[in-house]
Amino acid sequence: MSTANTIVNLPDQRTAKLPKVNYINKEHGLLSWLLTADHKRIAMLYLFSITGFFLLGGFFAGMVRFELLTPAGDLMAADTYNKMFTMHGIVMIFLFLVPSVPATLGNFLIPIMIGAKDLAFPRINLLSWYLYLGGGFFTLASLVLGGVDTGWTFTTPLSTHYLNTHVITTATAIFIAGFSSIFTGLNFIVTIHRMRAPGMTWFRLPLFVWSNYAASIMMVLGTPVLAIAIVLVALERTVGIGVFDPAKGGDPLLFQHLFWFYSHPAVYIMILPGFGVISEVISTFSRKRVFGYTAVAFSSVAIALFGFFVWAHHMFIMGVSNYSALVFSLLTMLVAVPSAIKIFNWAFTLQKGSITFETPMIYVFGFIGLFTIGGLTGVFLGSLGMDIHLTETYFIVAHFHFVMVGGMLMAFLAGIHFWWPKMTGRMYPEGMSKFAAVTTFIGFILTFFPQFIVGYLGMPRRYHAYPAEYQVLNVLSTAGATVLGVGYMLPLLYLGWSLKYGAIAGNNPWQATGLEWQIQSPPLTENFIEIPIVEQEAYDYEWLAHKTEKEVTTVG
Amino acid sequence: MGISPVLWQFLTKWLTSSALWPREASTVAGQTDALYIFLWLMTIVGMALVLALLVVFSVKYRKEKHPNAIQIEGSTLLEATWTIIPLGIFLFVFVWGAWLYFRIYNPPADSMNIYIVGKQWMWKAEHPGGQHEINALHVPMGRNVQLTMISQDVFHSYSIPEFRVKREVIPGRYSTVWFNATAAGTYHLFCTQYCGTLHSGMVGDVVVMTPSDYQAWVDSSTSGMSLAQNGERLFASMGCSQCHTGDAAARGPNLAGIYGAKLKMDDGSTQLVTDGFLRDAILNPSAHLPAGFKPIMPTYQGQISEEGMIDLVEYIKGLKTNYRVQQTLGTSQSNQAAPSASGTVIP
Amino acid sequence: MADHALTHDEVVAPHGVHEHPFYQKHHFETAEQQREAAGFGMWLFLLTEIMFFGGLFMAYLLYRNWYYDAFVSGSNTLSLSLGLINTIVLIGSSLTMAMAVWAAEVRKQGALVMYLVATIVLGCVFLGIKTVEYKEKFELHHVPGASFDISEFVHPTDKAEKPLPVDMANKTQIYFSLYFAMTGVHAFHMIIGLGMLIYFVIKARQGLYTTGYVQPIENFGLYWHFVDIVWIFLFPLLYLINRH
Repeated sequence: MSTANTIVNLPDQRTAKLPKVNYINKEHGLLSWLLTADHKRIAMLYLFSITGFFLLGGFFAGMVRFELLTPAGDLMAADTYNKMFTMHGIVMIFLFLVPSVPATLGNFLIPIMIGAKDLAFPRINLLSWYLYLGGGFFTLASLVLGGVDTGWTFTTPLSTHYLNTHVITTATAIFIAGFSSIFTGLNFIVTIHRMRAPGMTWFRLPLFVWSNYAASIMMVLGTPVLAIAIVLVALERTVGIGVFDPAKGGDPLLFQHLFWFYSHPAVYIMILPGFGVISEVISTFSRKRVFGYTAVAFSSVAIALFGFFVWAHHMFIMGVSNYSALVFSLLTMLVAVPSAIKIFNWAFTLQKGSITFETPMIYVFGFIGLFTIGGLTGVFLGSLGMDIHLTETYFIVAHFHFVMVGGMLMAFLAGIHFWWPKMTGRMYPEGMSKFAAVTTFIGFILTFFPQFIVGYLGMPRRYHAYPAEYQVLNVLSTAGATVLGVGYMLPLLYLGWSLKYGAIAGNNPWQATGLEWQIQSPPLTENFIEIPIVEQEAYDYEWLAHKTEKEVTTVG
Repeated sequence: MGISPVLWQFLTKWLTSSALWPREASTVAGQTDALYIFLWLMTIVGMALVLALLVVFSVKYRKEKHPNAIQIEGSTLLEATWTIIPLGIFLFVFVWGAWLYFRIYNPPADSMNIYIVGKQWMWKAEHPGGQHEINALHVPMGRNVQLTMISQDVFHSYSIPEFRVKREVIPGRYSTVWFNATAAGTYHLFCTQYCGTLHSGMVGDVVVMTPSDYQAWVDSSTSGMSLAQNGERLFASMGCSQCHTGDAAARGPNLAGIYGAKLKMDDGSTQLVTDGFLRDAILNPSAHLPAGFKPIMPTYQGQISEEGMIDLVEYIKGLKTNYRVQQTLGTSQSNQAAPSASGTVIP
Repeated sequence: MADHALTHDEVVAPHGVHEHPFYQKHHFETAEQQREAAGFGMWLFLLTEIMFFGGLFMAYLLYRNWYYDAFVSGSNTLSLSLGLINTIVLIGSSLTMAMAVWAAEVRKQGALVMYLVATIVLGCVFLGIKTVEYKEKFELHHVPGASFDISEFVHPTDKAEKPLPVDMANKTQIYFSLYFAMTGVHAFHMIIGLGMLIYFVIKARQGLYTTGYVQPIENFGLYWHFVDIVWIFLFPLLYLINRH
């Protein structure tokens, strides 16, 4: 039924049924899921485990914000608080944000989008999930054993010689989770290069594929450097290898270089797949191809390249030479440009389109607004003299939450809602989901905008107790966090509800282009009955209009 | 229902003391704030532009009003525009920021020097006249003050938000920052690099005083010897004067007037003698061998605390003649302890 | 296009019709595509290994530049003959591995098994010699940590060695830290390689790789050659600093 202000096109609910054979009901039993080679099942396994860790990370965030309601450190001991923010960062970055879009949506969609039956290495894909669980296991072990309080940045010599918490357990967790990430990236790169369907040239690929490709390059090249940095920290703690120990002649700043060499690209690893989601959703709900397809595709690759050359902007005040600081600041300004290009291309995708405002589109608008602020505040930080005052304060905390939560998490939710009907065959309830999206948006601004202000006022980050004059802004921030929490809880509830009671979606409820929308929902295990031969461009709405109902194949 | 008095109190304090930015209490604060305001203007304009595009397009091209989308490939002109204009703005910001950075991290030549030693979890300030402070820093108004800082253990960071200055305090080497305080008063001092349990307790006060008040404070807080006097004591007791006698044929180079000089090294390079150089030369002498000397200086790694190092550096910085060195040579020779590898000297 | 919804059997049936080698996985269209994908994957993996070792090489570069004399003295305590033997052994094992790949390609099962076993033997010789070297370092107290002893560097027993001042002698701990980290990580990669070789020997004896299914042997060969090349860099960087 199609009304004037929505493009949703569902089959007649009186007679509609889920397809008789699909990847979910093809095999039954727990082992068929735990030992699966099907990229779609692995994606769902990831979705399940990522959600669990998101809740854990959110719990830690809640603890931090509750403590910060009052200036005194009165809710928990200082060491406990330090563990809370450390584990919040570690869980959210390594166990949620890095795998979020690639391991769930990327795993599910990339083979289908390029017209393949699976990723190049399905068993390595499953191994990636088990490695992810291994990382999760060691993180939980560290938590249960008493936690770790190094900060997610593991700064030496604090982490090597001045703490007796479970640094090695946590380092092991991150090391293992890092390999999960490397193998996923490796899988994606080989798949995109080698397994595209006939006619699917590089410039016919959906931009979601380009973004994940760029992120995969960064995963493959950057993560190993983090791995070796962690290994050296572990060796220094256990065996006495003193590569970072100033007493032995080592340089603690070397750790900073090795750590940030990965951790800066890591933020692009986190955001690029989100960019891909935005492209897909904004195109669908404007009924138009993305404006400047080539520019958006190349800007993703440009970010992947430039992103490797800016790491020392995390170290401007740490004793790098003035000239080194100049070079890195200049490069940081350059890397900001491709993101600006994307924002404008997305905005202009709306021009002369036919726009509707379903939930994924609401998340996309939220993303564009919040990521623009977050990204521009990055320019504040890239500017050397400005960074002196802003670094290590809550301004930094606000900046990265704007891009990671206001940006990436919104993009993730946009993607989950957009592809939910494809992955499950069911529609989510639109009213409830719009409400959740708006709640999230409001809660987010209330939580994190005050942090820009309190950061400029001087409040340092990672502070358990703070001067009383910062309290009002902290209370605002915590109040916002409560609202934000509600906004994130709601999708858990209604998406779960929709699995049983949601409307049957049919193969293409959004009337979208893209190969994934031309097959049944949920898809067959082998995705396609016949490998498609691609003759249409990406986001080819004219081609879509000419396709008839008969050409869609559903089994059962 | 009235406003709770507690909330009212906090609101008034917050709104009157500093609503959106801290007091400007140094010569550089206003410049930092100017750049900040420009950056927010840039952000607001950027946001407004993007929002305008989103809103205008959403309203004008919503499905009810515009049921048929028109496929547009792109526009090279627009791509060029929104590549070049943001790049131009960002490069302008880069230049401004770089200028400010060099301003904050290059101290003027006439700065008075105060040493800072950071350790878990307190700040020690050592004034050249021998005044010692913990978690506090008294400085005179209107003078250029340079802080030479080092950590005894992990990374810390010395931050005075109201001056808009901050610098990492690192184990193993000196870092510096300078400021010129413009208004008397008490300002926040924070450690901003996470350093363990009491990171948020490593706070203090920076007290800016009028020159006369500062002089009074200096006079009343001097207890015992100045840093240089302590350094002279160490210089003798650690046996430095044995080799650095100032004679032409001495085993060690003449240290009088060496601070600030360009020294020709054994490997042919030329090095500027800075605080960091002096400290490093005492700890790693063989890596700092001046031309014409043998690498016989023992290392004092592990034998002198950071405060002791500061005393020695301050002493050598002020050393103009070797008169007192040679005078005390007799005294220290009679103590006759060869520079050995045991014991830590704390002044 | 079908004029009715395809039944399940109609979907499954086409599989049995196509001819493809037993080792071709179903998500690949051709065996050639599978082989190319596997090779590409291995090259990418080796790229990640380059980045992994790269961090260690960067640390080495930095500290060798700062503490050159300490690196010279530290390097001179390593046994040149054992290092040279190990280098030849490892290059030899790369030769036997390359021969194994050839044997798989020409489908000579006996030769394949023999060359794989030879590679294992040579790899074990390498690790054995490394164990001897490590043991010697333990005995001389050249392992970084509380028991590290610098007396050998301050008062060298070998008269040709230049004695180091104490502060530079202390820096030899950094040299040995890097020595153990780099050779240790390298040895770890070799142990994993040897484990995989054992698996390959078992499967090769069953005839798996002499049927035209050479890609696992080929790709493992790439890995083994990479481990060899890392050693080719480690040997001069660690053993040959300023040798006369």
